[in-house]
Amino acid sequence: MTTQAETGPIIKAGGAAADYVDQRVGVSKFLKKNLNKVFPDHWSFMLGEIALYSFIVLLLSGTFLALFFKPSMTEAVYHGSFIDLNGIKMSEAYASTINISFDIRGGLLMRQVHHWAALMFLAAITVHLLRVFFTGAFRKPREINWLIGNALLTLGILEGFAGYSLPDDLLSGTGLRIAQGIVQGIPVVGTYAAMLLFGGEFPGNDFIPRLYIVHVLLIPGIMLGLITAHLMLVWYQKHTQFPGPGRTEGNVVGYRLFPVYTAKAGGFFFIVFGITVLLSALASINPVWLFGPYTPTQITAGSQPDWYMGWLDGALRMMPNVEFNAWGHTLSLNVLVPSLIVPGILFTVLAIYPFIEQFATGDRREHHLLDRPRNVPTRTALGTMSIAFYMLLWVGGDNDIIATHFDLSINQITWALRVMIFIVPPLVFVFTRRFCLALQRRDREKLLHGYETGTIMRMPSGEFFELHAPVSDEERAVLLAGVTYQPLELDDSPDENGVRPKVSPLDRARAKLSGFYFGEQIEKPTAEELEHSAHHAQELADGYARQLESGGAPSAPSAGDKAH
Amino acid sequence: MASFLVLFVGLLVMGGLYAGLTSAGTASAAGTDDSPQAIAKGRALFLEGCASCHGLNAQGGSNAPTLIGVGAASVDFQVGTGRMPLAAPGVQAKRGHVSYTQDEISALAAYVASLAPGPAIPSAEELDFEQANLQQGGQLFRTNCAQCHNYNGAGGALANGQAAPSLKDATPQQMFTAMLTGPGAMPVFANSTIAVEDKQAIIKYITTIRTSPNPGGMALGRVGPVSEGLFLWVVGLGAVTGVAVWIGAKTS
Amino acid sequence: MSHHSHDLEPAAHGGEHPDNPLAPGLPQHKLRRTDVDPRAAKRAERQISLMFVIGTLAPIVFFFLYVYIPGDKLILIPFIGQTSASNFFLGMTMGVGLFCVGAGAIHWAKKLMPDVEEVAERHPIRGTDEDRATAVAHFNEGVEDSGFGQYKLIRRTLLGALAATPLFAVPLLKDLGPMPGDKLRNTLWDKDIRIVSDVTLNPLKPSDIPFGGLVSCVPENLEKVEEETGNLNARAKVPVVLVRLRPDEIRAQQGPNWDYQGILCYSKICTHVGCPTALYDQKAHTLLCPCHQSTFDLADAGHVIFGPAARSMPQLAITVDSEGYLVARGDFTQPIGPSFWERG
Repeated sequence: MTTQAETGPIIKAGGAAADYVDQRVGVSKFLKKNLNKVFPDHWSFMLGEIALYSFIVLLLSGTFLALFFKPSMTEAVYHGSFIDLNGIKMSEAYASTINISFDIRGGLLMRQVHHWAALMFLAAITVHLLRVFFTGAFRKPREINWLIGNALLTLGILEGFAGYSLPDDLLSGTGLRIAQGIVQGIPVVGTYAAMLLFGGEFPGNDFIPRLYIVHVLLIPGIMLGLITAHLMLVWYQKHTQFPGPGRTEGNVVGYRLFPVYTAKAGGFFFIVFGITVLLSALASINPVWLFGPYTPTQITAGSQPDWYMGWLDGALRMMPNVEFNAWGHTLSLNVLVPSLIVPGILFTVLAIYPFIEQFATGDRREHHLLDRPRNVPTRTALGTMSIAFYMLLWVGGDNDIIATHFDLSINQITWALRVMIFIVPPLVFVFTRRFCLALQRRDREKLLHGYETGTIMRMPSGEFFELHAPVSDEERAVLLAGVTYQPLELDDSPDENGVRPKVSPLDRARAKLSGFYFGEQIEKPTAEELEHSAHHAQELADGYARQLESGGAPSAPSAGDKAH
Repeated sequence: MASFLVLFVGLLVMGGLYAGLTSAGTASAAGTDDSPQAIAKGRALFLEGCASCHGLNAQGGSNAPTLIGVGAASVDFQVGTGRMPLAAPGVQAKRGHVSYTQDEISALAAYVASLAPGPAIPSAEELDFEQANLQQGGQLFRTNCAQCHNYNGAGGALANGQAAPSLKDATPQQMFTAMLTGPGAMPVFANSTIAVEDKQAIIKYITTIRTSPNPGGMALGRVGPVSEGLFLWVVGLGAVTGVAVWIGAKTS
Repeated sequence: MSHHSHDLEPAAHGGEHPDNPLAPGLPQHKLRRTDVDPRAAKRAERQISLMFVIGTLAPIVFFFLYVYIPGDKLILIPFIGQTSASNFFLGMTMGVGLFCVGAGAIHWAKKLMPDVEEVAERHPIRGTDEDRATAVAHFNEGVEDSGFGQYKLIRRTLLGALAATPLFAVPLLKDLGPMPGDKLRNTLWDKDIRIVSDVTLNPLKPSDIPFGGLVSCVPENLEKVEEETGNLNARAKVPVVLVRLRPDEIRAQQGPNWDYQGILCYSKICTHVGCPTALYDQKAHTLLCPCHQSTFDLADAGHVIFGPAARSMPQLAITVDSEGYLVARGDFTQPIGPSFWERG
């Protein structure tokens, strides 16, 4: 730092304050270590930030709404400024939501900010999760953060559904009715669980106040704690980075926390907040006054949940009607399977995925360089397969809207989906794996032979060859990156006495899984191969030069012709 | 045999009651010109444009229902919304180009009404919904209509490729006659179950909400959370991700 | 300006990748226009400041808009239509203001702050063997001092107490709701309860119900019960639909002659997860649920013909009372709505 800066008025005033704080908190020790912490810069590393900032926007707008919202199912007769509902009986929750929308200035804006931010929060979590998955950022030492992220996703979905349900409009009440039906259908304890949750039968007088405290304190409190832990771990473990020149498993390349990263991340908060507010100025969301107050005798066509619940609704729609009755008991698989068993399995597999993959690789090393998705074809294929599965369920949840907009039949869509859900994801798996291997092959070709320039040269001797440009150092660093695993072989060959060693079932499973992951892959060129190919290229160029020298006229390069 | 007879008599009485009820409506049909000239003109138009499917005497055919007893209201709705003549055989007749003038539609209606008593075209007083109760209309709409036509009258899917149409372009008279006659898959909401003033309230509610402002901004089709989710993913997440790409890009 | 410090490596010294022996160091840093052209830097400074000025003015404008635009004023905006002036202008002002603050900061970082990438070494996350040994020693010392290993009785009773503590919550949570009892098996429907149209509460005579008609109904005593209980629990179970079929169209019913002259009364609550199911197709005599599209054939005893619902829609037996109004002959003979374990 220059001496001028040290004596500037800002630094001086800041210095006095810093001195005061440091003498009491000892903040300089922390700042010394962290102000020049390096963060790698990549747009996809900001997806998680979108979720974080949306969460802050949710806390701010939610606090505003809580000042006016009445979480009560007590019956009220509406006499506000929204004339269409004048004199209609409704709950106080719904009446206060209408009041926020029409009689609190800026209230509608804040309601819309809150709802758009909620949709944004879960969308950002989803794409952040996909980024972490496809780049292998969940590998050691980040498995715990993966689990925290999973918990945040699950809590976020619950929190969103709770918020959707609070205004007690016709859509939210319908959603609660479905949730209650699902709980009631749980074997053995369902009836009791539903009675306890709702304080008796549906809908009762208690549920919205109970849901309110869950929505404004319990879940956000837990989420706040988990988000703090999530960020502290990122801080402590340092961020991952994509492979590239100068980037290794042992370093972090990027910009310092202060000032560049602070300015970018702080600025991005304002951007996310600003865009959410702009969405709320321009596009209507959840116009509850049009839905009307909830009453169990009414329903509207197109009763849909928010997008993050759509896949669950789709699963409920697609499930065939299987129910068993025996010994005086009812087992509703048509409700249980799509609403609890399938999501339960999906979330469990998602949560333990890092451990499954580690079991297959047997790799206990730390990984800080991200994978390029093509370099781990099986993981990438599992990912795209899951996306396909999720999206088919999503389509199922929207089938009535799709039917009316594309002139289709909901029955046909449902039947098609019931078949496709078993056929399409495996096909996507196979296709993705093939595609990744093809990309790997192309990378290998590029490393060994460089780029095809499309320029055909003719040797004076009449021989044609295509000019290949070698890949740049930067690109080579990227292409060579990645860990190549060999499938684990079971060593059960007999020893000198002809006795086969015992192989535990676990080892057998590990070998199977490892074969599934790494049985088919394209080897990266070895150092010798690379050297050899470089040598070969040199020879070719030399030969060309020699022939030119010996009198042959060079033929004009003819771009476009492809040598075979 | 005796029970059969009792049943038969019961049915006759029932049918009589039903006919009496609906013909009471016919008598007050101010909207229908039931002069012999109109009926004759309607019959001519019918023979020319409708009889090939509905039969020479409107008795119905293999692909078309009988029109005896459907009443003037049914003709007014089906022809007046362009559903008839059917553009192409399909699952469901859809709102389309209206092929007849209002005079011709009235004549057709008069002819069909002359065949047998049936629901009549509502009178001007019946259609006057200005004084109707908007809020009650909302309650009735959400109880009887929204399940198919959606909370905003945007329409919705039914089984086997059918759909409840959007109410965006429906005139008050068409809404009224649709309720009276139950076209296609739609059930009949006769004046005996939803009284005239309740129908007026429903019509008032529909005409109010379909042109109601969108205080919050773009309506996104008013089909509920599906379009909101799509908008968020494409526009909302698209915009913030776009900024993220800008942040991560190298400055030249 | 210098970016070096003792634990930051200068950019050119990128370490070697163990799996990637040919990896080069960081690429050459390219100077930006703002690094070499003072006018470009000046321009960037002005742009950034302009954004911050907008960010400063926006809240002030917002304040005036808040005060001067009435909450119920409507305005016509292209592509949006009639919309709330307050929502639109407050949102635009706030959104643009916040966006400009963010864009200014990012523009500043990109154009004027250093853009030389720096390298920081990672340090092993796990503690050194020495750290671990010390930690283990401290812990063992503590265990030793406490006598946790020595006093077996204390140890066991402590664990027992800790395990028992959460049990306090179990009885406390019991009063969250009543026991189910037979609540799910009874509704307000009973012998001679009149079937009245929902909302308008008119009693209905058979002659009121046309062929192909649909009437959403509730029991006559519902309103009174709701006033007494102050909740919608009764309403959630009683909704029914009345439809009328020609006698030859009715193929089956859930009980002999449960109709009245072809008028059938079915529950409106889906047997899947409980949505009101009132999308009645008068031609096919089917009832469709808009939530998950279960389809019930009312001409055939309410059987499910499509969708996830497993059980038929419960039918209510009806007749007429002495005044000729439609009434129930009793309650439903089976629980309405979603299944539950004890349903049987």
